[in-house]
Amino acid sequence: MMFHSILFARAEDRTAQEISEAPAFFVDLNLDQVVAAITIGKQEYNLKPFYYAPLHNADAIQYRHEVMRDLEDRTLFESITAFGAKMRAMREHLAQVDKLYYRYQKESWFLDAVEIYCDAVSCLAADLGRGDLKSRGFLAFRATVADYVASDHFTALVAETEELRADLAAVRYCFLIKGNTVKVRRYESERDYSVDVERTFERFKQGAVKDYTVRLLTGPDMNHVEAQVLDLVARLHTDLFAHLDDYCARSHGYLDETIGTFDREVQFYVAYLEYVASFRRAGLKFSYPRIADESKEVYDYEGYDLALARKLILENSPIVCNDFHLRDRERIIVVSGPNQGGKTTFARTFGQLHYLASLGCPVPGREAQLYLCDRLLTHFEQAEDLQNLRGKLEDDLVRIHDILDQATPCSVVIMNEILTSTTLQDAISLGKKVMGKIIDLDLLCVCVTFLDELAAMSEKTVSMVSTVAPDDPTVRTFKILRRPPDGLSYALSIAEKHRLTFHQLAERLDS
Amino acid sequence: MKAFLMYRERDFDLKRALPWNAQALTQDLALDTLFDAMALGDKFLREVVRVAVLSGVDDDLGVVLYRQDVLRDCLGNATIIRDLYALAVEAIEGEKKAYFYSYFSKHPDAILNRAIEVLQVFVGMLKRLRTIADRHASEFASEGFRAFFTMLDRELSDAYFTVVQDHLKELKFRGGALISAELGQGLKGASYALRKPKARKQHWLRQAFASRPPVYSFTIADRDESGARALSDLRDQGINVVANALAQSADHILSFFTLLRTELAFYIGCLNLHGQLVAQGEPVCFPLPAAPAERRHVFAGLYDVCLFLTLGQKVVGSALAAEDVDLAVITGANQGGKSTFLRSIGLAQLMMQCGMFVPAESFCANMCDALFTHYRREEDVTMTSGKLDEELGRMSEIVDHMTPNALLLFNESFAATNEREGSEIARQIVSALVAKRIKVFFVTHLYTLARGLYDRGLVNAVFLVAERRTDGERTFRIIEGEPSQTSYGDDVYDRIFGNAEPSDSR
Repeated sequence: MMFHSILFARAEDRTAQEISEAPAFFVDLNLDQVVAAITIGKQEYNLKPFYYAPLHNADAIQYRHEVMRDLEDRTLFESITAFGAKMRAMREHLAQVDKLYYRYQKESWFLDAVEIYCDAVSCLAADLGRGDLKSRGFLAFRATVADYVASDHFTALVAETEELRADLAAVRYCFLIKGNTVKVRRYESERDYSVDVERTFERFKQGAVKDYTVRLLTGPDMNHVEAQVLDLVARLHTDLFAHLDDYCARSHGYLDETIGTFDREVQFYVAYLEYVASFRRAGLKFSYPRIADESKEVYDYEGYDLALARKLILENSPIVCNDFHLRDRERIIVVSGPNQGGKTTFARTFGQLHYLASLGCPVPGREAQLYLCDRLLTHFEQAEDLQNLRGKLEDDLVRIHDILDQATPCSVVIMNEILTSTTLQDAISLGKKVMGKIIDLDLLCVCVTFLDELAAMSEKTVSMVSTVAPDDPTVRTFKILRRPPDGLSYALSIAEKHRLTFHQLAERLDS
Repeated sequence: MKAFLMYRERDFDLKRALPWNAQALTQDLALDTLFDAMALGDKFLREVVRVAVLSGVDDDLGVVLYRQDVLRDCLGNATIIRDLYALAVEAIEGEKKAYFYSYFSKHPDAILNRAIEVLQVFVGMLKRLRTIADRHASEFASEGFRAFFTMLDRELSDAYFTVVQDHLKELKFRGGALISAELGQGLKGASYALRKPKARKQHWLRQAFASRPPVYSFTIADRDESGARALSDLRDQGINVVANALAQSADHILSFFTLLRTELAFYIGCLNLHGQLVAQGEPVCFPLPAAPAERRHVFAGLYDVCLFLTLGQKVVGSALAAEDVDLAVITGANQGGKSTFLRSIGLAQLMMQCGMFVPAESFCANMCDALFTHYRREEDVTMTSGKLDEELGRMSEIVDHMTPNALLLFNESFAATNEREGSEIARQIVSALVAKRIKVFFVTHLYTLARGLYDRGLVNAVFLVAERRTDGERTFRIIEGEPSQTSYGDDVYDRIFGNAEPSDSR
């Protein structure tokens, strides 16, 4: 198989142009936070466009799963991160070349950059050769790199670079500073004077004393005195420095394009796996979802909202995982129950799972099957916008209309707290109409609502409820369970706790 | 080079950790009075004697005898000791004066120059030290001082002083600074090192025919200020390591003088105290320390040196001959000298263990590996459980730190409740301690406690009372005797209220 890219099985899986804008639903689903956390510290690779471009066929997703699974092997992962670190060091060296002024200095930094590059590629080739690779992506890439490393061009580059480095490292010289004059000559094994001094005073040595060595940090560039000394050193070693000039003139285009592209693209996986590791350390699970593009049976066990979980891990707080499973003709999860009980989080999780699956990434949860949708649509409550003159209800309905307009039977819709700004009667009647449309479209949907009436509208709807601790109704469990809506029982149980139910209150007033 | 005047093979560490209860010991035994008398207003002396006295429980019998010998030399050669001390102080002061600013310098050049200057001062001082050694070494008999003077003779030879002077001269670089380097990252110079130029003493013929290695040079223009700065930076790179080596050497010599000063300071403190006691005709003696595992407290004329220092007049001494005794219970007249007695026991123990003389006509006791005081913290008895709680908390803390050969001084402990409960608590505690052969001195009003212990007829216990003549007059002497029922509070009352007739409350 011909190697095309570590990210895309086929050229046509790639978008024509890299996408620089996040999809519309990113903020609603907190995916902006998720992607920011994944790509933090990797700005130089400009990875976000990859995270903004979902894939649209199961094989493209499979291709990434294979690569990602290969990279879950610790040894390979460390090889790849080591390679990445070296390539980064190489770029820093090249940047330094541009900043420097004196010719020999520029040449030396360039030589170092090439040396790092040669080492990076050689190590990568060797590591890949040893690795037990299974993915189509890595197998093809391994063959490509092996050919490159064996090429005359590359072996000659390595040999010449090493020779120059060794020759320069062997140079030793002496200079005598007297008044304003500096004399430069070769080193002739003169004795180190500080050793003499230390020996003379050794008998007084007591304990540890202060270190008087001054940290003379002068930065990578040279002043003109240093440069003059270097020029004289070059005169002491004419052949060596002529060789350096010649080498630099010849080696400009040393960087292979395939290697360069791989260096960037593989970071998509590295970044994601590093992100995943931070959750696994906290005991949370990730799994490679089965991708359903025919059936609409979807499930995820022990799932969680990544953005929230990350925050809770940092606070050392416990994280509650939730399950869902839609079978047969079930399409719509209607979530109701006490506020602050994790309903919105549940809805977000559903959206995040589907989106991350479409990127070809493992998703939160022990086991998952997710639907490969054509688009993901979200409706979350927005602050009232004074710019548009519509009322809140009208605005709600306009947005819902837009969503349903865009939706196809292959879409996934997440609706959070719709129709909160009207009377209960209105809300029920309008909610039923909206729900009817969703049912007709056969959409996969999560709908968070306070309207219990929506939960049992059809065989397609499934009711799930946020729950409280059985013995203390003020304590949320953040568990979203499949059961009928609770209605008023939650409010009543709190009243009971405070001994304010009718009978309790009557009794208390009697006594 | 080490002074080794406090330990045979170890420096005296002024920063050493003191016993955890140093604060309590200082308060309960009125140690500040002792320290003040030894320091005579000198803060440094005070700190040294404080550390020495408080840390003595951590040292062994050999150290005590070593220091006793050194101290005997000091008492016999007080003037020379004070001269040596003054010399160490002068050297340290001289270092402080030297070009103070460059201590914080970022320039190796300045660091080097300062080090040279300081070393010149030190060389002068070391020569004077050597002279004192030459003149007076024979007058000292202790192992500590003889080793010290021998060491000076060995390490500070004339030849050595010449080598040092040569270095100090050469490091002024009259012939220029020869520096070696390698090519580091970006071909900047690296691994700079100052080199000793080779003496070129070849035969003229060889010199003429040898192919001279190429030398290239350049000169910075006189007006090129940035060039001059760059050149001096380069020179700094070259002399950085040697400047550090020299500055550290100066520091090492400074720490030698500091150590010498510190170790002498302890003996100066002893000389100071000795003078005050002898001037008033109070007895002092070198104590006879016994091994820690023994149980011995045999002394005569033991007095509370802090009471003497406070009153400035002679105080009454006590005698005891307690062999194989683990427990001493002291009861008796209020203001009869019980607390003073207890304090004199603690003070003598600390003074003995740090190598000092003790305030007594004779004194022999076993070494202890920890000294604890458990004193009632306030004079009034508040009878609250909070107070007893606090006392028992402190007791528990002491138990946490208990060692096999500890000495424990109780003063009116566990009286913060009624007599029966207090006695029972104390009885249980004391019985447990004594069973473990922890040495206990217990001053108490708790008659039930004292009587109960007395009636058990313990062979390893001794019972002491504050002496009271039949006319009710106190002698402040502590003598052996059966626990008495009252503390003669009536006596005090009578004295204050002017009732001349002695009461008999027995």
